Order: sequence, then structure tokens, then C-alpha cells
Amino acid sequence: MARTSRKPAARKRTTAGRAAPARRKRPAPRITVLVATRKGAWIFHGDAARRAWRADGPHFLGHIVNHLVLDPRDGRTLLAAAKTGHLGPTVFRSDDFGRNWKEAARPPAFPKAPDGEKGRVVDHTFWLTPGHASEPGVWYAGTSPQGLFRSADGGVTWESMPGLNDDPQYRMWMGREQDGTPDGPKLHSIIVDPRDPAHLYFAMSSGGVHESVDRGRSWTPLVQGLEVVENLDPANIVFHDPHCVRLCPSDPDRLYQQNHCGIYRLDRPSTLWTRIGARMPKRIGDIGFPVVVHPRDADTAWVFPMDGTTVWPRTSPGGIPSVYATRDAGRNWRRLAAGLPPRHAWWTVKRQAMAADAREPVGLYFGTTSGELWMSRDEGGRFACVARHLPEIYAVEAAEIG
Amino acid sequence: MKVLIPGPLRPYTEAREVEADGTTLAELLADLDRRYPGMRFRVIDEQDKMRPHMRFFVNREQVFELAHKLRASDEVQIVQALSGG
Repeated sequence: MARTSRKPAARKRTTAGRAAPARRKRPAPRITVLVATRKGAWIFHGDAARRAWRADGPHFLGHIVNHLVLDPRDGRTLLAAAKTGHLGPTVFRSDDFGRNWKEAARPPAFPKAPDGEKGRVVDHTFWLTPGHASEPGVWYAGTSPQGLFRSADGGVTWESMPGLNDDPQYRMWMGREQDGTPDGPKLHSIIVDPRDPAHLYFAMSSGGVHESVDRGRSWTPLVQGLEVVENLDPANIVFHDPHCVRLCPSDPDRLYQQNHCGIYRLDRPSTLWTRIGARMPKRIGDIGFPVVVHPRDADTAWVFPMDGTTVWPRTSPGGIPSVYATRDAGRNWRRLAAGLPPRHAWWTVKRQAMAADAREPVGLYFGTTSGELWMSRDEGGRFACVARHLPEIYAVEAAEIG
Repeated sequence: MKVLIPGPLRPYTEAREVEADGTTLAELLADLDRRYPGMRFRVIDEQDKMRPHMRFFVNREQVFELAHKLRASDEVQIVQALSGG
């Protein structure tokens, strides 16, 4: 089993650590930002004010890390979805917040096909979601090509979920190579209802949004009201391309979605998505990858629009990066760009690369395709750059530890 | 038999050259995985196919089948053909 340890050079002590008094106080909780990139992972530790950040990394230098996630149920277990350009995909786990890593004994992998049949092969694990608070050790993983996997032992061993992966109808809806993103079709946005561990959602690019009420044994599409690329038939699930779906923790009946074809909101038990991005400025549009929800206010959400015109440059529109926020569930949108480059910034933010913390006011974080990590301490009122010159950022998560 | 290990797999073996047994390449890889858990899946996928860019040489001749027969005196080399940026 491959084991890696954090390099000594990366284990810098903080000033506060050196000056620890004889009677140690319990340290105040700190925000930690988990950054997964095309060339490894970094952990940024914030001070109490979220002003100064200490970089810990690289972890897995040279590995393609698609997601780095903290287990909120114990506050110290990290899972990293990793592969290299040529070695097969795996999951690394650490139970000491990244000081030491161990490889999963059985990473996500599709079942072996019977002789004479072509089986599927996991290219990479793309998405990691911790299970319900009442189910310690349970994790879900979404892969490329699309597959859903479950671990019941904290990510050590993973089982294919046959209710999805082996379902003939769903295999059709997963589409083929031409239906996926440039580096492969993805299963993402795995969501566990905080009120019910049997109630799950996930999304596929492409292949729609889906819901299960029986722990993933069976699934139902949830695409009513979503638009698809012009001249395609929205009745065909293959053509639906949700980029990112988020559930509001303060109102688990409300979901926001950034789709290939706009921004949407869904209020359960309705099954009809409403295109709330229609109220975005026309010159910006409502195309993008990420959507982030407020931890306490279900009327507030943030998006990061990108240029989805003509050949889909997928840069900030006009080279002017901006966050847009709604405070009224999508009726109105406000541009938030103080502190961001005013022009000539041709990057964007991928679907996993934007996150919020749970502080008051909420901290917003995003990582760019050009390797910059940005954050705002005031819900987007002003942004500051935390780090530059990282590799292309694939995922950003904000976690509270301590 | 002697097995030469490429750099990307050395976090598993912590050695450039290791000993392992098997009468076929498949058996040899199974033995390597017993000695160095997790290593096989990085080079052979779940459908028992060699992953792209992973190459296997027996006595300096490239082989393409896991059923390739081996003798104890053979030297097996695993190579990662690096490409991309």
C-alpha cells in the first residue's frame, strides 16, 4: 500500500504554536480550505479572523486530485480522490488531517464483466460526499465514467451501487463519450438529505438530476423544467447537463442548480425546476459551473458566470471575473466583484471549486483555472487573493476544525 | 524472479528492483499485490486489462497478455510510458 507523509518542509509551526503557554487553552475553531488541483492538493489554514493563511502542501505532488473532503462527523478524517496521468485511480485517506495518508484497500471500481462482455473501467473518482450524520463511516463517491460507489468503513473499501451502475435504463442515460465533459462524463453533486439518510440526490454531466428515497436502491429522474441545448429533446435524459446541484442546509426542501442551460431552483415536494437565471443581466447570461448556498439563509446563493456563447470559451465573460449573488431566491441578482481583477482575467471557476464556510458573516472561497485561490470574509462584499501560482484548481472546500 | 519497478510505483515497493513469483504475468502481478497492496490496480484495471501507458517487458521483449507464461529465471520490467504535461 502506498503511503505518503507530509514533508518536513511543509510542517511549519505557527507563531502561536511556538509561543504556547504552559496552560493551554482550547484553540478557537479555525477555517481550513481544502484545495484540490491538477497537480496535487493543498490545505490552507486560516487565522481566527480569516485574514492570514498558512499553506500546507503539496500533498500528492503530481497527482490529479479531483476532490479533497473533510469528514464533518469527526473533524479530522480527509479523503482525497486521486490518480496520476498514467497510474490507475485511487482514494487516499488520512485520519490525522493530512499528516499521514493511506491508500484505500479497495478503491471505487466497476464489477468485472462476464467473459465476452465489455466491462466499464473507472478512469477517476470525481466527487466525494460524506454520508449522513447518523451513519459514521459512510461515504459516497461519483466517478468518471459515471458510477456511484459507497463505503461503509470510512473510505477504506468501496462497493459499486448496482441500483444505479447496473441499471440498463440508467446505463442508457449515462450516454457515450460525446455526451460527457472533455476529460470524461462525470457523476457529481451527490447529496444526502440531512433529515433522512435514505433520501439521496446526484447529478450527471451529462445525464440529468436524480433522486432516491431508498438509499440508492432505485432512482427517479428529476429534470422537469430544465432546458437542454437547442434542437435537442428535453424528454431525453441524456441531453440534460446539470453542472452543479446544492441543497440548502437551512431548508433541505430547497435545491439550487447551475446547469449547462441556466440557473434553476427547486422547492420540494415540487418536481418542477424554475429557471431563476433568467433574471441575470443579459450580457452576462446564466451559464457557469458552480453554485454555492448560504448555510443559514435559503434565499441566498452565489454563482460564478462564465462565457457560454458561440464556441463556449468558458472564461469569465469579457475577461472580467464576477460573482453574482441572489438574496431573494433568484428574483434578483447582484454583481460582486470588489477586489477581483477589473479586466484581462481570462479564467473561470470549475463546478467543485467554490465553497462557503458557516461563519457570520459567511466566508466565500473559490479557486480558478489559473491556479489562484480567492476568498471573501463578508459574503462577497470584497474579495482578496489567498494564493497564486498553484496548478489549475479543480475543487475547493471550506471546513471548520478545532 | 526479478521485477524492475518504475518510479511512479516505488512508493509501493520502496525499491527499484524486487522479487516476486508466478508462472504467468497475471500470477506475478497478484503476488506483487500481496506484497505491495494496491499496486496492481494502479497498472491493471478492474476488467483485467493493462492500463494505457503501462507496459510490461519479459527479458526485454514487450508482452501484451496477462496469460504470458513466465519462468523463474525471467526478468520482468514494468515501464510507464510517460506522455502529456
